[in-house]
Amino acid sequence: MRRNPTLRMLGVLLLLSLPLLLAGCSSALLDPKGQVGEEQRTLILTSLALMQIVVIPVIVMTLLFAWRYRRSNRDATYTPDWSHSNKIEAVVWFIPMVIIVFLAILTWYTSHSLDPHKSIEPTENQQEPMEIQAVSLDWKWLFIYPEQGIATVNELAFPEDTPVRFRVTSGSVMNAFFIPRLGSQIYAMAGMDNDVHLIADDPGVYPGRSTNYSGAGFSEMTFDAHVGSRQEFDAWVEQVRESSKSLTFPEEYYALAAPSEDNEIQYFSEVSPSLYESIIKSFLAGGDHEERMTAFADRYAAGFGHGAAHDDDGHGESTGSHGESMSSEAAE
Amino acid sequence: MFGKLSLEAIPTHDPIIMTTITAIVIGGLALVAAITYFKKWGYLWSEWITSIDHKKLGIMYFLVALVMLLRGFADAIMMRSQLAMASAGAEGFLPPSHYDQIFTAHGVIMIFFVAMPMVIGLMNLVVPLQIGARDVAFPFLNNLSFWLFVAGVVLVNVSLFAGEFAKTGWLAYAPLSGLDYSPGVGVDYWIWALQISGIGTTLTGINFFVTILKMRTKGMTLFRMPIFTWTSLCANVLIIASFPILTATIALLTLDRYLGMHFFTNDFGGNMMMYVNLIWAWGHPEVYILILPAFGVFSEVISTFARKRLFGYGTMVWATVAITILSFIVWLHHFFTMGAGANVNAFFGIMTMIIAIPTGVKIFNWLFTMFRGRLEFTSPVLWTLGFIITFTLGGMTGVMLAVPAANFVLHNSLFVIAHFHNVIIGGVVFGMLAGLTFWFPKAFGFTLDEKWGKRSFWCWIIGFYMAFMPLYVLAFFGAVRRMQSYENGDWQPLMIVAWVGALIIAAGIACTVIQFIVSIRDRKKNQDVTGDPWGGRTLEWSTSSPAPFYNFAHLPEVNDIDGFWDQKQRNGGEAPLSKPPYQDIHMPKNTWEGPIIALFATVAGFALVWHIWWLAIVGGVATFATFMARVFREDVDYYVPAAEVERIEREHQQRVEMQA
Repeated sequence: MRRNPTLRMLGVLLLLSLPLLLAGCSSALLDPKGQVGEEQRTLILTSLALMQIVVIPVIVMTLLFAWRYRRSNRDATYTPDWSHSNKIEAVVWFIPMVIIVFLAILTWYTSHSLDPHKSIEPTENQQEPMEIQAVSLDWKWLFIYPEQGIATVNELAFPEDTPVRFRVTSGSVMNAFFIPRLGSQIYAMAGMDNDVHLIADDPGVYPGRSTNYSGAGFSEMTFDAHVGSRQEFDAWVEQVRESSKSLTFPEEYYALAAPSEDNEIQYFSEVSPSLYESIIKSFLAGGDHEERMTAFADRYAAGFGHGAAHDDDGHGESTGSHGESMSSEAAE
Repeated sequence: MFGKLSLEAIPTHDPIIMTTITAIVIGGLALVAAITYFKKWGYLWSEWITSIDHKKLGIMYFLVALVMLLRGFADAIMMRSQLAMASAGAEGFLPPSHYDQIFTAHGVIMIFFVAMPMVIGLMNLVVPLQIGARDVAFPFLNNLSFWLFVAGVVLVNVSLFAGEFAKTGWLAYAPLSGLDYSPGVGVDYWIWALQISGIGTTLTGINFFVTILKMRTKGMTLFRMPIFTWTSLCANVLIIASFPILTATIALLTLDRYLGMHFFTNDFGGNMMMYVNLIWAWGHPEVYILILPAFGVFSEVISTFARKRLFGYGTMVWATVAITILSFIVWLHHFFTMGAGANVNAFFGIMTMIIAIPTGVKIFNWLFTMFRGRLEFTSPVLWTLGFIITFTLGGMTGVMLAVPAANFVLHNSLFVIAHFHNVIIGGVVFGMLAGLTFWFPKAFGFTLDEKWGKRSFWCWIIGFYMAFMPLYVLAFFGAVRRMQSYENGDWQPLMIVAWVGALIIAAGIACTVIQFIVSIRDRKKNQDVTGDPWGGRTLEWSTSSPAPFYNFAHLPEVNDIDGFWDQKQRNGGEAPLSKPPYQDIHMPKNTWEGPIIALFATVAGFALVWHIWWLAIVGGVATFATFMARVFREDVDYYVPAAEVERIEREHQQRVEMQA
C-alpha cells in the first residue's frame, strides 16, 4: 500500500492548477476587448468563485476523512452502524441549495442582459449601431455589408465603440460564428436568420472562427476581425470597393458557395441587393437551393467527395478556384 | 449485385488503416486457429455464445468493452498526436478526411461500445445476485440484447475495412449527416450500428426494469434494495424512456437518406433544429444512464471498505430518483447558442444547475460514510477517492457551462471536451474499473492483483489531469473542438502536455492488462474460497465465488438494507451456509436463436449500408424467421435436480471448511 496517497494527490492537483493560474493574463476569454466579453468574463469568474464554497470543502474533506479514518488508525472513532443524522443531512441539502439559488438568480439575470439577440444601446461616446451579415459556406465565411453595399470572404472590419448587429445564417450546414475576444457566439443555420450583438472597445485584430464542426474544411474556417477608428474603417471600405469582383445572386454566389478549403481573403465591390435575404429564402418553401446546387452539381460533388477520401495534400493550395483543390479521384 | 460495394471500398491508400486491418486479420486468424487447435468451438458455443446466464453475459459485455476500449483509445492517441503536431500551419499526419472519422469513431465507440457495455455488463453480473434472483426476467432477451450489441460493434469495425466511418461527429448532426453533405457510406454505418445495438439496449432496459421490480427475493422491499440496484433501476427507467427517442430520430434520418425525405434537410421544410433537439432529448438522459450505476458502484465500495453502513440511504435513493427525473428537462443546455430566447435558455440553465444539488448531496453522503469508518485503501477505494475529487471538479465546470451567458463563449470549445471527459473518465470509467475490481472475484473466483490495480489508478488519475487540464486552459485562448489543425503556435506546448497525459493513460490501460495476466497467473494464491472476500454487505457475497449458475441454493430472505451483513451478524459474524434439504431448481435453457438473430441483423445492416437490397431483404426475413422460431419454441426451460444442487453446495462447503 502506498504510504501516503492523499498528499501525493494534493501535490499533483496543485502542480496541475499552476498553468491555469498563469495562463489567465493573455487569454482571449479572460482579456476580452468588448463589453459583452467583459460581462461574460465576470460571470465565469463569479460562478467559479461561488462554487468554491462547496468544491474546496469537498476536496479537503475527502482527503481528510480518508486519511483520518484509514483502517490502520485505531485512535479514530469507529461507529459501524451510524448512518443517519438529520443535522448533517439538512446542511448538505441546504448549502448546495443556497449556492444554486444565487446562481439561478445570476443565470436568470445574465440570460436576459447578455441575450445575444438584444441590441446594445450606444452610450454617449459610442457611435450609432451598424449591421453586418455573416453567411457560413463550405468552408469559408461570407460577410455582407448591406449599408456599404460590399462583401468579403474571411475578413471582417468594423469601427471601435460601435455596436454591431451580426445577422448570421448558413448557405450550407450548421456552423457557429464566434470572435472569442468580443464575446457570444451564435449558430449559423440554413434558412434561419439568427443574430448576435457585439461591440469592440479597443482597436486590434481579433481572430474569429466557426466553432461548430462542419466538415472537411472546418479547421481553416477562420477570419480576422479588424477593429479600428471610423476613418480606418472607411479606408478599408474604400479598399474593398476597389476590387473588380462582384457577387451577384444566384450565379456568382453559387460559384462562391461551392465547397473549397483554406480560402484566401476576397473582396467584392458590388453585391446583389438583399443577397442575405435571397440566401435565406433559397431554402424556404418555394426556394430554389436544390436546383441551384444541381446547376453546380459537379463542383458540389467534388467538394463532398461522394464517399471517396480526399487527398492528403488536397487543401494546401489557395482557392480562388473553388473546389478545384479537391481530389480529382473524388469527382465521379 | 453488390450495390455500391466494390473492391475500391477497401482503403488501400491509407497506410495507417491498412496496418490496422492487417493486424486485426492476423490476430483474428490466430485466435480462430487457437480455438480450433484446442477444440474449443463446442465449449464456446454451449457455455458462452448460447448462454443465458446473466453472469456470463456480464463477463462477455465487459470483455467486448475492454477490447473496444483499446480501439477507442487508439483513436484518442492518434487525435492527441495529430494536435500535438498540427500547429501553426503544419498539417500533421492525419488529413481531415481521416481525422474527422477518428473523432467521430472515438465518441461513438467510447459511449456506445465501451461505457454502455461496461455499465450493462456490470448490471448483468450484479443485479440478479443483489436482489436474490436466479436469473433475469427474460433470459432469452438478455442473450439477444448482448448479441445485438455485438452486431453494432461488428458494423463499426467493418467500416474500417470496407468504405469509411461517418465524418460528422458522434451525434451526426443534420444537415451535415444528410445525403447532400455526407453522400458516402460512413453515416449509414453509424445509422445501422447504432440502430441495431440500440434496440438491444432498449430490450435490456425493459428486462432489468422488470427483473428488479418483479424478481426481488423475500423481504427485499424497494427501500431495502442495495444502492447499486437502485441506481440500475433508475438507469433502466432512463433507457426505456430515452432510447426509443434515439431509435425514432435515427429512423427519420434513415428516411431522409434512403428515401429522399426531408425531416432534417436544409430545404423543403426540413428542420435541423428538430434533429438537434431530438438527439439531445435522448443524449442527455444517456449520460445519466452511464453515471447513475457508477454512483451505485461507489456507494457499495465505500461502505464495504469503510466497514460501515452507507450514510443517508434514503437521501441517496431520493437523490437518484430526482436526478432521473431532472435529466429529462435539461437537454437544451447542449445548444444554448442556437438562438433560443432568454427565458428558454434561463429555464434550461437553472434546471441543469438544480441537478447539482442531489449530486452534491450524494458526494457528501459518501464523505460521511467514510467519516468514523475504518477505510481500507484497496484499489476500488482509490478509484472512489479519485472519483469524488475529479467528479466534483467536473461538476463544477458543468455548472459553469450551464450558465447560458457563460456558455455563449465556452460552447464548442475545448472546455466542453475537458468537462465531459472530466465527468466520464472521473465518473464512469473510474466507477467501472472500481466495479470490475470489486466484483471480479464474484465472476471468476479469485481477486485481482492489487499492486497492478493501484498502478493503473495512479497512471489514470495523473494522466487524466495532464491530458485534460490543458484543454480547459486552451479553451480560454479560443481553441475549439474537432479542429484537425490550428494556426496559433502558442497552443502547441499545452497540446503536447495533453499528449503526454494521454500516453500516461495508455500506461494505465497497460497496467490493467498486466493486472489481468498477473492475476490469472496467481489465481490459486488469490482464490476467493468463501465467496465473501471483502466482508461484503449485500446478497451477492452470500453465495460462492464464482456464483453457481443457479445463484442461490435457497432463495435468501432479507430483513435489512445490508441484507447479508445482517445475516452474518445474526449468525455470530459467520456467513450462514446453505443446508439440505434442497429442492429442484427451475432454470431457463440456453438459446441458439440470440446469436443467430444478431448474425442475420448484422448481414442486413451491412447490406443496407451498401444498398445491396436483395441481401438486406434476405437478412431481414431471416432475422424475423429466427425470432418466430424462438417465439414458437416451447422447450425453453428445465429443472436442476435437488441432488445436483446438493452436490455443488457440498463441494463449496468442503472448500470453505478446508480453508478454515
